[in-house]
Amino acid sequence: MSSLINTSRPPVFCPGCSHERITHTLDKAFEKMGLDGNQVVIVSDIGCSGLFDTFFNTHAFHGLHGRALTYATGLKMARPDLKVIVTMGDGGLGIGGAHVLSTCRRNIDLTLLILNNFNYGMTGGQCSSTTPQAAVVGSGFLNQLEKPVDICQITAAAGAAFVTRTSSYAPDLVDEMVAAISYDGFSVIDMWGMCPGRYTKRNKITPKSIEVDLANLPRFKGPVAENQRKEYGSGYREVAAQLPTPARPDKIEARFQPPATGRQEVLILGSAGQRIVTAGEIFCLAGMTGGWHATLKNDYPITVLRGHSVSEMVLSPQPVDYTGIDRPKVVVALADEGVGRRKKMLARLGSDTLIIKAAGVTLPDTGATVQEVVFKAQKIKSQDWALASLALLAQKNRVISMEMLKAALTVRFKKAILETAVELVERVSE
Amino acid sequence: MALSFIEGNEAVALGAMAAGCRFFAGYPITPATTIYNAMLTYLPPEGGVCLQGEDEIASIGYCLGASMAGNKVLTATSGPGISLYSEQISFAIGSEIPLVIVNVQRLGPSTGSATKGADGDIQFMRWGSSSGLPVIVLAPVDVADCYRLTAHAFNLAEQYRCPVFLASNKEIAMTRESIDLDAIQLPDITTRKAADRNKPFLPFATGSEDTAPNFLPIGDRTLVRQTSSTHGVNGYITVDPDEINAFQNRLEKKLKAHVDEFTFFDRDLDPQARTLVVAYGVTARAARVAVATSRADGKPASLLTLKTLWPVPERLIIETAAPYDRVVVVEMNMGQYVREIQRLLPGKQIDFFGQMNGNLIKPEQIREVI
Ligand code: SF4
Repeated sequence: MSSLINTSRPPVFCPGCSHERITHTLDKAFEKMGLDGNQVVIVSDIGCSGLFDTFFNTHAFHGLHGRALTYATGLKMARPDLKVIVTMGDGGLGIGGAHVLSTCRRNIDLTLLILNNFNYGMTGGQCSSTTPQAAVVGSGFLNQLEKPVDICQITAAAGAAFVTRTSSYAPDLVDEMVAAISYDGFSVIDMWGMCPGRYTKRNKITPKSIEVDLANLPRFKGPVAENQRKEYGSGYREVAAQLPTPARPDKIEARFQPPATGRQEVLILGSAGQRIVTAGEIFCLAGMTGGWHATLKNDYPITVLRGHSVSEMVLSPQPVDYTGIDRPKVVVALADEGVGRRKKMLARLGSDTLIIKAAGVTLPDTGATVQEVVFKAQKIKSQDWALASLALLAQKNRVISMEMLKAALTVRFKKAILETAVELVERVSE
Repeated sequence: MALSFIEGNEAVALGAMAAGCRFFAGYPITPATTIYNAMLTYLPPEGGVCLQGEDEIASIGYCLGASMAGNKVLTATSGPGISLYSEQISFAIGSEIPLVIVNVQRLGPSTGSATKGADGDIQFMRWGSSSGLPVIVLAPVDVADCYRLTAHAFNLAEQYRCPVFLASNKEIAMTRESIDLDAIQLPDITTRKAADRNKPFLPFATGSEDTAPNFLPIGDRTLVRQTSSTHGVNGYITVDPDEINAFQNRLEKKLKAHVDEFTFFDRDLDPQARTLVVAYGVTARAARVAVATSRADGKPASLLTLKTLWPVPERLIIETAAPYDRVVVVEMNMGQYVREIQRLLPGKQIDFFGQMNGNLIKPEQIREVI
């Protein structure tokens, strides 16, 4: 195997920049592993580490600042056979912190090479997430007030399965790289280095001093014992292969003659837990068994276990254009929470609207025809009131018929639940 | 006739599957979440991938990576997510990465109301990226359109190698409707054109000044480069003003010069009418009712429903509006697309009705303006 260095585009780093060393070490690692250029993608971040993709004859993806791991994840999920290498500086770590953490948690087979030189080289040496507090950088006094992160401790804590901390000048760096790239999971190498263009002008740092500093820090070298587990992509594909083929939406045949003509607007006003949404759906399915078109809109608060629950249904012999409800034929009022949401409309209604109202619910003054039902007396629980109300409509042949309602129940429910539902719609009375 | 009972978001997912979508990534957000739910049900069992990103920036980033690997990709969000997508959308525009984005619009600004509809992002989708280069935006009217236009959106993304938006709205996305899926004609599937592997591959070379480059996926035998930097045809940075100029012009032209080929619309014209109503999205449904009532009341009116919003289908609008003295534009916002209509029809009386209070515009409100 030969070098993957792109000889027509030689590195353009400042003299003495440790990125140059890393470029050649990475090439040696590829060579050692016997990789062809088309087996490798280099995903480079922004900044001086973002130049890496141009120096190699490999696939290349150079995107936005801090987001390199996001593209790498998409690429790897789509092409699990590729070796995906991400080059990122300490700047990218900061701005893309959320992506670093998620990639660690996921353990997808990528290698993150952190070119850690303690500052933003390209934009003028400002402080980054790894700048020491004592350093003199292009951000005035700001770095003195912020604690730098230990990215190795962070990635290991977030679940990275392979973490190595080393120097860009370490004699065994190529082996560290080979180990990381070969590792089947997310691997991180934090490589401390020098930025003579910006950082080392005002901060004394040498390969030797890096070595001394590293020796004083917790050691990270290779697999993190407590984070060993299956690689994300293989795990994903294993689980996916077991999943059943999902059914496509049911089809409802028109079988019955509906008991009404023209557009029918119906409203159910209830509260969370009253199965309003299910009743709305059943009502629409019932309409569809009568050859009607149907629309259903539900309105409930973000806290789904509390507050109002409102369903708005329109049935019509023609496809429904306007889906709003202004003149309902029927309103089913089952809870004050729901009624509270449509007070203005209820007040406007005339006697051609039928309101089926559960006992105990308070209505505003309205001209509608109100029929009160004491469900409790029939030992019907609150969560069944909505379906029971539909049954009362069906019994009167109002909008839907009983055969339409039962057909809808058969579409929606199976076995025991279906039996209970059918029993309920037959039992309820005014 | 057998009807299914599904919401717009489910129809989007079915349209995406029919178009060959292989990859979805998104971050949960009402009212777009059910697209993610559906894709999670449909994709993995068929060998595709559905991911939940740690945020919106990551979600669209996953999509861009997977698209460059050759997958047809989809993401879905609402206004707050589109804001976070913005820089990645600029990347997809400039680097010609095919991508379908469903924007299930909700009432803004900002967090706004998660469960209320609006069409408040119409200009934002067009202009919410750096550089101001064009994108394609299609606007569904109902569940059937969510199905059909999503399939078209994939085809357009593949053909023109650009982000294509589906400008949905909570009122379509989360409203369930009866629909005969089998009766809806889907377009033939288009897939991005592969570059000739026997010639040296230049990732951004095109045969003409108004087309997209041919594609090879990252991971191909041939090496492929992708970059967010200003690039020449070889995918490396360029500083040559002539090359840059040609590239910017091509990105502008490849969509604008071809909009007639993907202008989707409905027209209901009355030869007696002096007034043309222009609407899009869910509002077009109320407009249909309003126009019908107006006719029944003896006041003829015509309706143009736009389903391709960007690039502006200028020829269609100018030709359709030609015989009318007056154009009424109705939108579920404070007046966004009306600016385009005013720009195109300077001699005509243009009246606007807009509302952005979380409620649907009612047919009677439009009827009054007519
Ligand atoms: S600015 Fe610093 S990191 Fe960038 S090339 Fe120069 S020395 Fe290297």
